[in-house]
Amino acid sequence: MITLGHYLVLGAILFCVSVAGIFINRKNVIILLMALELMLLAVNMNFVAFSAFLGDAGGQIFVFFILTVAAAESAIGLAILVLLFRNRATINVEELDTMKG
Amino acid sequence: MSFEALLFYFFASVMVAASLAVVTLRNPVHCALALVLTFFTCACLWLLLRAEFLAIALVLVYVGAVMVLFLFVVMMLDIKTLPGREGFTSYLPAGLLVAAVMLAELVGLMGARKLMAGGPVRDAAAEQGLSNTEWLGRTLFSDYILPFEIAAVILTVAIVAAVALTLRRRPNVRTQDPAAQAATRKSDRLHLVDLPRGNGSKQA
Repeated sequence: MITLGHYLVLGAILFCVSVAGIFINRKNVIILLMALELMLLAVNMNFVAFSAFLGDAGGQIFVFFILTVAAAESAIGLAILVLLFRNRATINVEELDTMKG
Repeated sequence: MSFEALLFYFFASVMVAASLAVVTLRNPVHCALALVLTFFTCACLWLLLRAEFLAIALVLVYVGAVMVLFLFVVMMLDIKTLPGREGFTSYLPAGLLVAAVMLAELVGLMGARKLMAGGPVRDAAAEQGLSNTEWLGRTLFSDYILPFEIAAVILTVAIVAAVALTLRRRPNVRTQDPAAQAATRKSDRLHLVDLPRGNGSKQA
């Protein structure tokens, strides 16, 4: 029988895969944004699983809001990316060091 | 093993494989397509959890809108100038180590073994005689109406911000100015001039 634990482990695996993705794709901002989306998906997976197994609508409502904010975030992130590419002609993270951060 | 368990393991393995493809593939277009597969499989898993509304919303919003946006951007940027994978192998051990430690901590912390002894999915919506969408809608438009309105404002701000960021003003380009066109008066375009009479016919 599939229980809450199965879904939580799946969410944890997904989250760790995306953390590893951020580590190994240090150059490409687009892939970094995709790994961020994967992380949000892992969190949403946990929310939906808790909501379904506890019978509470709050979790699914929260996923709704996370989807909204994530869509806004990726729209603005991609707009910044386009702007960055237009001004610097690169999206390599290591060449974007003007601010010396 | 029940049919539902079989479906779960099938979708879970497809999802993990697709997410691994997202972070390891070389071509960003392939990564975006793998991300589409991940989202779609996740929607299937949410259907197994009887969260129909969110599953459909995920497919519509993510596969339909956000991923198309990603693909647009990947194709708009010149793919040949995208950075290579020089750091791939050097960062791989650190990334794998962090991911493995984190996974062990997460699974240990949440006590997955104990949770796996729990009960099956509760269909709270069906217990009240409602569909999933109606159940969510009743909660969303009563208890969560203020966050809902704020979410609408956030989306509007995001649209304005995205347009304002990518809008390019280029000088020395001839364009129409509709406001100026509409605001023109007759006196701006037409001048009536009184010419002195008689001079032209004398010379002829």
